[in-house]
Amino acid sequence: MATTVHEPPRGKALPDSPQTGHGSGGLVPESGRMRYVQDDSSAASRTGIWVVIAAITMTFAAFTSAMIVRQGASLDWRHLAMPRILYFNTVVLLASSVTLEIARRRFRSFVIGTESERAGVLRALYATLALGLLFLAGQYMAWLQLKADGLYLATNPSSSFFYVFTAAHGLHLLGGLAGLLYVIRRFGRSALRRGTLGAAAHYWHFMDLLWLYLLLVLWMKL
Amino acid sequence: MHDVSPHAVHHHAPPQGFIRKHVFSLDHKVIGKQYYALALVAVFTGMVLSWLMRLHLGWPALAIPGLHLLSKVGAPGDLMTPEYYLQLMTMHGTIMVFFVLTTAPFAAFGNFFLPIQVGAEDMPFPRFNMMSFWVTFVAFVVLIAAFFVGGGPPLSGWTAYAPLSAVGAVAGPGQGTGQVLWAASIAIFCVGQLLGSLNFITTTLDLRTKGMSLMRLPLSAWAWFITSCMGLTAFAVLLPACILLILDHVAGTSFFVASNLVVNDQLQPHSGGSTLLWQHLFWFFGHPEVYIAIVPAMGIVSHVLITNMRRPLLSAKVIIASMTSIAFLSYMVYGHHMFVSGMNPFSSLVFSFPTLIITIPATIITLIWIGSLYGSKLRINSASLFALGFISMFVSGGVSGFFLAQPSIDIMLHATYFVVGHFHLVMAVAAIFGIFAGTYFWFPKMTGRMMNETLGKIHFWLSFVGAYCIFMPFHYLGIMGNVRRYAEFVDEYLQPVLGVHKFITVAALVTGAAQLIFLYNLIHSRFWGEKAPENPWEATSLEWSVPSPPPFDNFGGRHPVVYHDPYQYGVKGSKGDYIMQDSPEPSPSGD
Repeated sequence: MATTVHEPPRGKALPDSPQTGHGSGGLVPESGRMRYVQDDSSAASRTGIWVVIAAITMTFAAFTSAMIVRQGASLDWRHLAMPRILYFNTVVLLASSVTLEIARRRFRSFVIGTESERAGVLRALYATLALGLLFLAGQYMAWLQLKADGLYLATNPSSSFFYVFTAAHGLHLLGGLAGLLYVIRRFGRSALRRGTLGAAAHYWHFMDLLWLYLLLVLWMKL
Repeated sequence: MHDVSPHAVHHHAPPQGFIRKHVFSLDHKVIGKQYYALALVAVFTGMVLSWLMRLHLGWPALAIPGLHLLSKVGAPGDLMTPEYYLQLMTMHGTIMVFFVLTTAPFAAFGNFFLPIQVGAEDMPFPRFNMMSFWVTFVAFVVLIAAFFVGGGPPLSGWTAYAPLSAVGAVAGPGQGTGQVLWAASIAIFCVGQLLGSLNFITTTLDLRTKGMSLMRLPLSAWAWFITSCMGLTAFAVLLPACILLILDHVAGTSFFVASNLVVNDQLQPHSGGSTLLWQHLFWFFGHPEVYIAIVPAMGIVSHVLITNMRRPLLSAKVIIASMTSIAFLSYMVYGHHMFVSGMNPFSSLVFSFPTLIITIPATIITLIWIGSLYGSKLRINSASLFALGFISMFVSGGVSGFFLAQPSIDIMLHATYFVVGHFHLVMAVAAIFGIFAGTYFWFPKMTGRMMNETLGKIHFWLSFVGAYCIFMPFHYLGIMGNVRRYAEFVDEYLQPVLGVHKFITVAALVTGAAQLIFLYNLIHSRFWGEKAPENPWEATSLEWSVPSPPPFDNFGGRHPVVYHDPYQYGVKGSKGDYIMQDSPEPSPSGD
């Protein structure tokens, strides 16, 4: 996707290798076999994901400061018991990061030719996808539990912030799931770049961190 | 001269068909022009709204023929109600700040020229870029839709202060559906600008061509980069604020509405919210937004001035450092909008200091412009005139900022026309002059045609004199204590101000009409203007090394190599008194 011309490419350059149409010209893996596009010029994807992370951090910093101000604004704040399923969800989300890292490792060995199975990469990617969906389902269960306790969006500021935080995080995680689907599709077409997978993984791990942060904030404040 | 790099690949193939070429285009140049067109529609909409307001202020009993067609309730018998005045004012402010001052200097010119100035074929994420424009377009449509819903647009001003913006229709016409549409529009707008900022930052950091170090970027590119960093952090805060506002409206939450609030004799079913919370969130975005409007104009003006002075600025590095420190400080000053909000007076003092400090980099930039202009043989054309006009407006508007930055003086001047005059000059008119300078300068590159210079100069003088006639008396009114956001001044004791308001209204109508000259020039030149050469201004930066208009991939498949900074003027070059950035010939300074 991205091209840089001021940085030397970090792969082995073959002087006479023909150009491919994917920005991988002149780059071949260590094994000498070019099976997947291995694009080291994906600096923009790497920078881009940090830019996205910065923006999301600002958004949640705004939500957090809103919560702190709102809590101090009046005495109507009622503490609520956190639904227990949240802890299970946390484990699920952390596990999804592990499977994604496994997928990345397998992909790396697949590209350089030390592993021939593409199914291994796909299995790990699908596992991540499934765990992500499970997490979202778990969050929905938490909402149902709150609802059963009579705590709705407008019941109390604490429940308002609970719904806002979990919904905002869930929406961002949906973005991560879309990213994973894109990665799987590109992999199926043999057009996946390491930069793209790396960006998707960075985003996913950030979603983990963000959730841990939100859990801490909710646990402390709600 | 040109690098045949193995990376010389296109991100996407040239599009076929009208829709892909001109509507859902991935090409940054088309997206830039789309943003410009949107800003043009928005600026004339906003201007007409200001005309209606001015007419009513000057002649409160005047029936404006046809006004009832816009709103039967708001203008029965073509007479504007006070509520409708506020509704027009809200829409004027919102349209101008978001859809003109943010889109034109930043998104429009930045999209078109940033990739070319850094030597790239496009932005790294063209689909996000396309989405950025169309999302912004949807935001505009949602905002305009507020005119056509029951109750009409909101009347809470472009700042939408809570709690009246959060309690619904009980707070007045337009505070129900209109206000929700407003908040939704701004939230959507935020998404569009975040996507744009993502592309601007990655383009600047990662797509620079060989030899284009950061310090060799033209000042305009620096300005867009700095602005995109501000946009990224500021819009990311306004977005959640709008979401919370919408929730207060439609879901009955109490983020911004306090307990026991009675509006129009009705007790509100909210409790415990913080009214000031909205102001904190809004102004944390709102003050950087001022610089999001002005910093790109600073970059454009520097770029235009250097080219027309035929010599570099006294120090480009100091300009870059000053713009960066302005961006940094812009997050620490926002509380100066809230001096009289009931905030702890100590906080006012804390916000007052950085507000006064931020004038230092702004003054440094101005002094560098003026010092560089001193003794230069400036080429007078429409672009350079508007650049000079920008400096004039920026200084005139900036000086009143010194007064407002001090809480003790602000208590007197707050919510008067003094403030309105201040921000219109320093932010609105100055940024608009920057947009005009950019338009006259880059129009040949964007369209392949020259604009008419005579019409451009007439446009400048009418706008320059007109803007002062409109906004200088505002300061006078403010010092007299004339409050803002009042629909009419009909009481006996207000008669002395009415004459001034009439004068301002006439000036606004004439100055507004002068903009039709610009519109005519723009449209006529687009189709029938003289054909533009590749480099009509004998400029050095990369956009002038490609045909006018540039081909689909900007550089025709080649990758330019940059050998110089963009300030090689007043030197002996093969083409004249300048050396292009991508020319391998040696420069005397070696830069």
